[in-house]
Amino acid sequence: MKLISTTAMALALLTSAAYADGHAACAAGKTLTDGTLTIATGNPAYYPWVMNDAPESGEGFEAAVAYAIADKMGFDADSVTWVRTSFDEAIQPGAKNFDFNMQQYSITPEREEMVDFSLPYYTSAMAVLTTQGVVDAGATATLDSLKGLKWGAVATTTGLPMLTNVIQPDSDPLLYNDNADVNAAIMAGQIDAALYDLPTALYLSAVIVENGALLGQFPAELSETPDQFGLLMEEGSALKECVDAAITALTDSGALAAIEAQWLAEATGVPVVQ
Amino acid sequence: MSTQDRPAASPAAGPTRREVYEAGVRRRANRIALASTIAVVLALVILIPLAPGWEDVKRAFFNGRVFAATFPGLVEAFVLNVMIFAWSAPLIALTGLGIALCRDTRSPALFPLRLFGVAYTDIFRGLPVVLVIYIIGFGVPGLGLPRPWNSPYIWGTLALVLVYSAYVAEVLRSGIDSIHQSQRAAAASLGLSERDTMRYVVLPQAIRNVVPANMNLFIALQKDVALLSFIGPVEIFRQAGVYKSLYANFTPYVGAALIFLALTIPATRYADYLMNKQNRERS
Amino acid sequence: MTAKLSLRGVRKRFGEVEVCKGIDLDVDEGEMVCLIGASGSGKSTLLRCMNLLEPVDDGVILLDGQDISEPGLDPQPVRQKIGIVFQSYNLFPHMSAAENVMLAPRRVYGQSREELRPKLAEMFGRFGLGDRMDHYPDQLSGGQQQRVAIIRALAMAPQIMLFDEITSALDPELVGEVLDVLRDLRGQGMTMVLATHEMGFARELADKVCFLDAGRILEQGPPDALFNAPREDRTKAFLARVL
Ligand SMILES: Nc1ncnc2c1ncn2[C@@H]1O[C@H](COP(=O)(O)OP(=O)(O)OP(=O)(O)O)[C@@H](O)[C@H]1O
Ligand SMILES: [Mg+2]
Repeated sequence: MKLISTTAMALALLTSAAYADGHAACAAGKTLTDGTLTIATGNPAYYPWVMNDAPESGEGFEAAVAYAIADKMGFDADSVTWVRTSFDEAIQPGAKNFDFNMQQYSITPEREEMVDFSLPYYTSAMAVLTTQGVVDAGATATLDSLKGLKWGAVATTTGLPMLTNVIQPDSDPLLYNDNADVNAAIMAGQIDAALYDLPTALYLSAVIVENGALLGQFPAELSETPDQFGLLMEEGSALKECVDAAITALTDSGALAAIEAQWLAEATGVPVVQ
Repeated sequence: MSTQDRPAASPAAGPTRREVYEAGVRRRANRIALASTIAVVLALVILIPLAPGWEDVKRAFFNGRVFAATFPGLVEAFVLNVMIFAWSAPLIALTGLGIALCRDTRSPALFPLRLFGVAYTDIFRGLPVVLVIYIIGFGVPGLGLPRPWNSPYIWGTLALVLVYSAYVAEVLRSGIDSIHQSQRAAAASLGLSERDTMRYVVLPQAIRNVVPANMNLFIALQKDVALLSFIGPVEIFRQAGVYKSLYANFTPYVGAALIFLALTIPATRYADYLMNKQNRERS
Repeated sequence: MTAKLSLRGVRKRFGEVEVCKGIDLDVDEGEMVCLIGASGSGKSTLLRCMNLLEPVDDGVILLDGQDISEPGLDPQPVRQKIGIVFQSYNLFPHMSAAENVMLAPRRVYGQSREELRPKLAEMFGRFGLGDRMDHYPDQLSGGQQQRVAIIRALAMAPQIMLFDEITSALDPELVGEVLDVLRDLRGQGMTMVLATHEMGFARELADKVCFLDAGRILEQGPPDALFNAPREDRTKAFLARVL
């Protein structure tokens, strides 16, 4: 896996070197430190977005996308530095310590009022994480069945409006600080199901949650407001046009799709919620 | 001021020399207090907006649009805080009293109770509330309790009761200790049992003495109810966090702070008033 | 005849200090015994020993010939028979005068407020407090409080009453009203032991006066003998100072 990824990265570097110069001009003088691109991620950064909490390796979907974007902007891998921020640090007023921040931030109009987002680099389906016990007890991937479950979610998730507006559970959902607490509540039987973006749900059900199961997904195509991840930048960031140009190039060339195929597991097996 | 203070030289009705002097001093003090307050407020109002980041801070913390959109939801969530408080407070008072009495037992047969009281207060005063909430709130239900007995409301409340009753017990115990030995002696000399002495003579006085101190504890409790959000319940602090995340803006926290203050400031003032009144009565 | 209350070789120490160094004392039925002596001579301690507020270290205390000082004995029934009134009143500040008085009879004898109330009204009336029953202690003068304290002790119908300098915290003009109460009790034949600095009163009413000095009864006898012809030098010196 690691070998493949590094060769892929090397290839990408080689092929893009030729026309990187055009973009390099765009970012010149606009970064925090001249000649360096400072990228923020979460603390910790989670699988499968960043492998082993080590974004420098370029492994994991977001880490790989970050290096690809950096490359398009004319920064080689050595010119990229990583910092860690919480969500709150990312949105707090005052000078930022990153050029862009990448930790599955969903693009919403409300947030756009306060900060800048790049074009989306990923469109996520939302998925229902639960346990085998709940499935055995008769829960199915239908809205009617989902309504009757006791719901939980991470409080900062943008999936929350979807939970309250689309699923409309019978009892108020419980909210938690992070994935670990949601997991603890599932273990304690306090909640039946939790709403996550699909890649995170896949990971949690397979690795973290005991007897975890994916009950179903709400595919992005079917959603009125699909959950799209963007890079977060300071409001009015001069860098935004360069980043957007890089993402457009990566999307058009199919490079983004290739990275997604490499790092994010196939979700075809997960039933669609009716 | 009674008429006796009046100097013989001015028998006519009117302020005494001392009253005139004191009124002068008071006026001067008021003028100075007013001037310095205005100076400080002006400095704040003028200087803070001059700070280079003020516009950003205003947008992130004092955003009218976000405030208007989220405030009603925050008030609604605050109802849950009030409810949790309402059922926790009596439980805390009762448990605290029980623990205080445990610590006050003298009979050797009840030594284990006393030991329990000491251990209880030591342990739960020594632990951060949020830790106890996590451990009890996730831990106990994790043992496999069926619904609804694994509810975070039940176990979160228990965590609050455990921690706060330890503080209340200590306050009560200090109240019990503050009742002079002669009161116990008077009761004993009348042939009252220890139990009756405690119940009818010591406790009523002790509880009255510690009302202000306990008021402060319950004000702190009102704030710590928010910690229950760590194990799921969506009370005002969590609701503010959700809004913060949705709007990428901290204004909901300011809104929540205002709602808290609307309740805690009057309560704090009242506790201070009680405390002062008590101090005056003692002196 | 045996004395109502007898002390034989009573010893009491607080840590290093021995406060009672072998006290022998007899109090007969209906008798009034006054304890006099310098401050710190052990008067209060001796009284507190008599109704077992302080356990004695050695010696015996006999009530009607029965040893009540036996270690481990339940002191409660004894205290119901021997009432005590303290110098500092020690009323319960959170209760009205009437509630102060009724508490012990209600809890110990199981009497109801209704059955106690008439008896109480009579007692309060007799002690000049008829209109003060429902006042709280802080609404009463020192003399009134002290009289309530006496009623409170009497309400338990004790066989013996102990009084510990009950007038020394009072203004001089209030002393009289409290002493009148004692006079009254004396007239009814109550057995009483008083620690007092009121020498005139002791001389007038006491059957027996005991001079305590450094934890011992140095001299005792009828008031005339003790006040007019003290045998011991220390008694003479003490009387010379206080008279
Ligand atoms: N609880 C106690 N602990 C230690 N020492 C005590 C205690 N009670 C009394 N004493 C000591 O015992 C001695 C006698 O005290 P006591 O109160 O009996 O004297 P008293 O004759 O009543 O004096 P006064 O006329 O001042 O009331 C004093 O030296 C006092 O300090
Ligand atoms: Mg004394």
